[in-house]
Amino acid sequence: MKVGIVRFPGSNCDEDAYHAVVDHLGAEAVFCWHKDHDLQGADLVILPGGFSYGDYLRPGAIARFSPIMREVVAHAERGAPVLAICNGFQIACEAGLLPGALLRNANLKFVCEQVHLRVESIATRFTSRYHINDVITVPVAHGDGRYTADGDTLERLEGDGRVIFRYVDAQGRVTDEANPNASQRNIAGIVNAAGNVLGMMPHPERAVDTLLGSADGLPLLHSIADSLLEGVAA
Amino acid sequence: MTRFRVAIQIVPRRGLLDPQGKAVADALHSLGFGAVGDVLVGRHLVLDTDAASADGARESARRMCEQLLANPVTEDFHIATVEQA
Repeated sequence: MKVGIVRFPGSNCDEDAYHAVVDHLGAEAVFCWHKDHDLQGADLVILPGGFSYGDYLRPGAIARFSPIMREVVAHAERGAPVLAICNGFQIACEAGLLPGALLRNANLKFVCEQVHLRVESIATRFTSRYHINDVITVPVAHGDGRYTADGDTLERLEGDGRVIFRYVDAQGRVTDEANPNASQRNIAGIVNAAGNVLGMMPHPERAVDTLLGSADGLPLLHSIADSLLEGVAA
Repeated sequence: MTRFRVAIQIVPRRGLLDPQGKAVADALHSLGFGAVGDVLVGRHLVLDTDAASADGARESARRMCEQLLANPVTEDFHIATVEQA
């Protein structure tokens, strides 16, 4: 598996993603400069966290127009996997790869902490290595992570099983206290209709080593690698 | 072509939680402006653009809002003024 990590001006989790993919997953990774039109043959594209373009206008609003996004959208439209983390999730929403938007955290604070996520579906190419309802520990670090969509969109996401991760407490219960940004329905991660684009605010690439608090993000990367080996389309 | 100056207001859609607006409303209340109801905190943009007419400049600004300046999921926009620059 070859992983293309897109670098925008202001990306700051690109090295974390590289470290996770190369040193922990054992796969090949390359950086893809946002002004290029070349994904360098990547099987998986990661849109990493950070503050692309300084979050000017809205997080992700400008990055969406970076030259390489044309290739990223084409990659997604071919059914190939895209993992959009944090600012990457914001960019993916702005680019129309995923529905909804990420708004300012309700408490107006930048939240940087370990959170508990419940795995809501394992019938995706991103979560096959987990068990349903697993409670995993993954860090968040964002100021604009409040997932918001209109009622019809939320119903469709729920009905189609496209809510993949939800903020929960340590016992796996959906509570307001466990929701770090007041996302609607405690939504932490969703996939697109075709199931090949995952957007999530928490950082699985920063949860790959128990020495640093958690390795619960690693099965996500392994799931994607499995799906590529098996030739899963979505 | 004439140069026009267009002022655009973008605010969070009513019904969505606007924590900044709520914080400002709370501050105003504590200052004694108890008559204040909802507050929305948004953005005000002023841009210059060339167009054949004021209507043309307004239409162009509307498309800019739809495609970039406002998020169609969460924000509403209003072209406040169009004046010759």
